[in-house]
Amino acid sequence: MTRITMREAISQAIWEEMERDPKVFIQGEEVGVWGGTYAVTKGFYDHFGPERVRDTPISEAVIVGSAIGAAMTGLRPIAELMTINFAFVAMDHIVNEAAKLHYMFGGHFKLPLVIRAVGGGGRQLAATHSQTPDVIFAHFPGLTVVSPGTPEDAKGLLKSAIRSDNPVLFIEHAAMYQSRGEVPDGDYTIPIGKSKIQRPGRDVTIVTYCKGLELSLKAAEELAKDGIEAEIVDLRTLRPLDMEPVLESFKKTNRAVMVEEGWKSYGVGAEISSRIYEEAFDYLDAPIKRVAQKEVPLPYNRTLEQMALPQVPDIVSAVKEVLK
Amino acid sequence: MAETITMPKLGFDMAEGTLVRWVKKEGEEIQKGDVLAEIETDKATVEVESSASGTVRKLLVDEGTAVPVGDPIAMVGSPDEKIESIPTPEPESKTEKTAPAPAESGPATAKPEPVTAEPAVTTPTGRVKASPLARRMAEEKGLALANLQGSGPGGRIVKRDVESAISAQPTAVSSATTAPAQAAPQAGAALAPLPSINAEPRQDQRVNLTKLRQAIGRRMTESKQQFPHFYVAHEYKMGQLMALRKQVNQYLPDGEKLSVNDFIVKAAGLALRQYPNLNARLDGEAVLRFGAVNVGVAVTVPGGLLTVVVRDADQKPLRQISLEIKSMAARARDGKVKPDDVEGSTFSTSNLGMYDVENFIAIISPPEAAILALGSAREVPVVQDGEVVPGWRMKATISVDHRVSDGAEAAQFMQALATYLEEPLRLMV
Repeated sequence: MTRITMREAISQAIWEEMERDPKVFIQGEEVGVWGGTYAVTKGFYDHFGPERVRDTPISEAVIVGSAIGAAMTGLRPIAELMTINFAFVAMDHIVNEAAKLHYMFGGHFKLPLVIRAVGGGGRQLAATHSQTPDVIFAHFPGLTVVSPGTPEDAKGLLKSAIRSDNPVLFIEHAAMYQSRGEVPDGDYTIPIGKSKIQRPGRDVTIVTYCKGLELSLKAAEELAKDGIEAEIVDLRTLRPLDMEPVLESFKKTNRAVMVEEGWKSYGVGAEISSRIYEEAFDYLDAPIKRVAQKEVPLPYNRTLEQMALPQVPDIVSAVKEVLK
Repeated sequence: MAETITMPKLGFDMAEGTLVRWVKKEGEEIQKGDVLAEIETDKATVEVESSASGTVRKLLVDEGTAVPVGDPIAMVGSPDEKIESIPTPEPESKTEKTAPAPAESGPATAKPEPVTAEPAVTTPTGRVKASPLARRMAEEKGLALANLQGSGPGGRIVKRDVESAISAQPTAVSSATTAPAQAAPQAGAALAPLPSINAEPRQDQRVNLTKLRQAIGRRMTESKQQFPHFYVAHEYKMGQLMALRKQVNQYLPDGEKLSVNDFIVKAAGLALRQYPNLNARLDGEAVLRFGAVNVGVAVTVPGGLLTVVVRDADQKPLRQISLEIKSMAARARDGKVKPDDVEGSTFSTSNLGMYDVENFIAIISPPEAAILALGSAREVPVVQDGEVVPGWRMKATISVDHRVSDGAEAAQFMQALATYLEEPLRLMV
């Protein structure tokens, strides 16, 4: 195992897959000469050359649309979106084409496409550049949506995404590139569509993913000081959703808190808690609580932005609330 | 036309009953008088008989539900008829005709004395608030949710409440007999140093009150607050009675032998005939002297106690009294008493003799006027003709409602009781 950053994990995954399979290439704004807005592809241009590390015009529709075409004709493109907020410009390509081509052409086309997009708030990038619209994309059948919370998962899941013959939206958090974690040495993959218990506990189940995992782990340490042992289930993949570990955990603890960075309304927490109600109603001992972003466009002002985003104390108090 | 079976009123102060168990399932045949369900009231678990014959078509409430008296619980009809609509409870129009028989107007009660003359506190008839998990656990353990108290938000019954109820279930009534201290240690002998002990930490335990316990609490509080009690104690010479009992029991098979208490019930019944003012209750500006002499006998049951009633104790032979008490007490302990077993006492007795109690005082069971508390019959040194000799003695204390009677009358009653207990052949003839 080696301790590396999220940025390094993602970078290694792409590098290794490009070395492994010449059909893999990456394109996006400033991924080439500049080395990527978040320096994920630093050094790639010199090593793999301009054919496989392609700078594009500032047009997300072009980035995604041309990648779809490349995938249909046999390549394995990685399309990088500088932020997921720009994915809205490519919305039709993502949800009407990438998500549906395999289905609408009766399986004649495969779409081995990865769209990497950077999401999340907390960096004072203001309302239009700080969103966490993951659920919008997870809403569409046909699109796989992955969003890891640790370097190990990021590397293993991204390699699986690149090797997948289906279109995958891979969401990275802008404020987590410096997060460090242990990563296995050598080539490994982590299967898409598997939730994971990131911390065992007996008293309450916290269901979360991506940045929410980091917050939840800190909250769990706080709670442990009060003798409360929270079990944390990391979804890792929003679609297809793996409820097994969630239900298993919930049947043990009977109480749950949902943690996500996106807005509460129509969110991941709403989906997961509804499934718990549907599938584990007889195990429910208290109403499920959701911790999420306040229902406002994310403010630029740092203080207000932090207030609007879910924080560790919010999780701690939500857990104590459901344990009443 | 299908007939609707409703929650019966099994005591004049019963406002609701919890449907503990359906004995018949939907689709089963049932005859009028067959047991349809078991319900739990403040006092006991009782069986509900069907008032119609046919097929059980619909069970309208789930097990564990508290149902107000008079609300429909099931429908019985022919197997193929259409059940159009489920009856809704009649609004407030149920006026109960109270039988005017005075002897029946005193509810029987949980012993040391629960009878209430006023409506029991009616719980709001809404559904029991419980988490789905608590609901399922209670069902699996056969616990009635209505009997649990919720510690969750807004009084919601949650898992921990069911767990604590489960752990509290086997409440054995133990009479605390403390072992007397052993021989004092020899002074001067060197003592071994105290070993260091890591005391095992034990959690506080919160045990929810059963319905029965709540009813007892309510009635005893009422009695102690509203009934001015006074007490008269008496010591009885029990030598003849003990000898007679021994002799009589030689003729009786096991399981039918007479207890000391059987004699006391009979004796009390006869003495009450002489002192009808103590076989009575206050009724506004009057004392209502009951015509019948129905002697209540307190019986320990899981979660509290019940008073079973020997009707016409003054008129029944001892053996019959004994058999009746045995069978009613057994039903009480099994939680299967019939309403008749516990309703209608006019005077109560409470006997802790089997626990080697010398003497104690009971609380009057409202609305009765008196209760008799009995200690153990024991062999003690007594003075006879200036000599100390062994003799059988039993102490008893009567608690009396001072609004109804006075010390002198109570004392005379206790003396009258002596004529029967001390010359017990009077009880046999």
